[in-house]
Amino acid sequence: MRTIRIGAGAGFAGDRIEPAVELACHGHLDYLVFECLAERTIALAQQARLADSDKGYDVLLEQRMSAVLPACRKNGTRIITNMGAANPLAAAERVRDVARRLGLAGLKVAAVTGDDVLAAISGSALSLLEGGTLADLDNRIVSANAYIGAGPIVEALAAGADVVVTGRAADPALFLGPLIHSFGWAKDDWEKLGKGVLAGHLLECAGQITGGYFADPGVKDVAGLARLGFPIGEVSENGDLIVTKLEGTGGAVTTATVKEQLLYEIEDPVRYLQPDVVADFSQVRVRAVGPDRVAVDGGNGAARTGLLKVSVGYVDGCVGEGQISYAGTGAVERGRLALEIVRERLALTGVPMTEVRFDLIGVDALHGAALSQGGAPYEVRLRVAARTGAAADAVAIGNEVEALYTNGPAGGGGVSKSVRQVVAIASALVPESLVQTQLSIFEA
Amino acid sequence: MKLRQIAHSRTGDKGNVSTISVIAFDEADYPLIAEQITAARVAAHFAGIVTGPVTRYELPQLGALNFVMKGALGGGVTRSLALDAHGKSLSSALLDLDLTAPEHPEGGKARQGKS
Repeated sequence: MRTIRIGAGAGFAGDRIEPAVELACHGHLDYLVFECLAERTIALAQQARLADSDKGYDVLLEQRMSAVLPACRKNGTRIITNMGAANPLAAAERVRDVARRLGLAGLKVAAVTGDDVLAAISGSALSLLEGGTLADLDNRIVSANAYIGAGPIVEALAAGADVVVTGRAADPALFLGPLIHSFGWAKDDWEKLGKGVLAGHLLECAGQITGGYFADPGVKDVAGLARLGFPIGEVSENGDLIVTKLEGTGGAVTTATVKEQLLYEIEDPVRYLQPDVVADFSQVRVRAVGPDRVAVDGGNGAARTGLLKVSVGYVDGCVGEGQISYAGTGAVERGRLALEIVRERLALTGVPMTEVRFDLIGVDALHGAALSQGGAPYEVRLRVAARTGAAADAVAIGNEVEALYTNGPAGGGGVSKSVRQVVAIASALVPESLVQTQLSIFEA
Repeated sequence: MKLRQIAHSRTGDKGNVSTISVIAFDEADYPLIAEQITAARVAAHFAGIVTGPVTRYELPQLGALNFVMKGALGGGVTRSLALDAHGKSLSSALLDLDLTAPEHPEGGKARQGKS
């Protein structure tokens, strides 16, 4: 039975570069996928595009492509990535430019557009999954992008693209696309599509299945995390999958690492909603079949819903934050005194806030007082964060913390303060007919 | 015995929803975990953090449970004021839950008294 090899070259926008180079050089890959868009990334990219119409794609695009294109060209490995973010056309042109610079004449780069549905839904009263409607967000909306499926990626590969650049696509679709293209799976072969989504879901976070985000010394030890190898999926025509990594790289592929990633960000395992299929992971089984080799089977699927999820980015005020540290005996008490001082100051000065948090990092910042158990830490770090409407009010939060230097408890040091505009994400569902994708091809 | 001794866990996030897996190191320990780590128990453990319902999904062939906690992330990853806006550290809190070892050890690690 025919098998293709797909590597995951990045699991998030800031991921390491070298593991993808190792895969491109030594992985004997048919495809190399870079998944670089988190929920909010595209809204931030849209802001960058509004400031400069040539921007709005992933800032590491050119660096990543420069690093892997020569080896991919040499080995016949095709690349699929969502690094186009808010501007896939500009991104594809940049990849073409990189290819020209590297002397890779004839390299074909496809841009998939059409996920941007802002114009199509603007002014509507589309229901938001979080409650309320689009109209409530009014003039604060920055972006609206639909999670597109594998279809346009398959088209791009059929058109001979060596590199396919998308904006918002469902993460697993970046992997499902090449599988459909390679094996000719039918659009309603729900079982195969479900298995393809399973492969994509397992691989899309790159190092998270090869031992990254897994180590817990003494309980779950993983060697070589500084040289973590990224995963390779060997997918056969019937959808069966073996997850592995390059020999000599750090990390580990075990049934445990695969199970953790299988359930990562999954709600109901029977219904993992994707644009192309409702994938069913509930009967998936994993077994070790060799060193750093795990076989995965039992994926399934049911007919897609015909609805696409849309992420709506909107400006949601500002967050101001300040931090300061205390150490030695009495550190917690001085930290608590400092928190009370800032609390009283914010009330006295009347800073308009809609939400505020007072944390002691090292004591209760992550999980609150109820789950924090005894023991006096050597050092603590006070953290105050508040939501305000205006940036000028957010500035006051950090300033009040900074003023603890000369007005607060003894021995406070290492102040940091920040103000950031919040771009929040709301979600909605739209009929797939609302989204029309287009393909543009650029040749180096 | 802590859950951490016989199971591992990973947290994920989608909007204001936190998902936490609990996976037995040894699948023979799954029945013990499934019996004691109920949705109600997880909801109580995270009462100060999670504002919505907690749902448990069972995957016995993997020796795993998957908990879905609504209203867990301070309004959502993109809005939250929390230090750990994604709630990624919640798995470590869950693994601190106590388990009562069975009286007649047999089967998995917990039952062999190796912990």
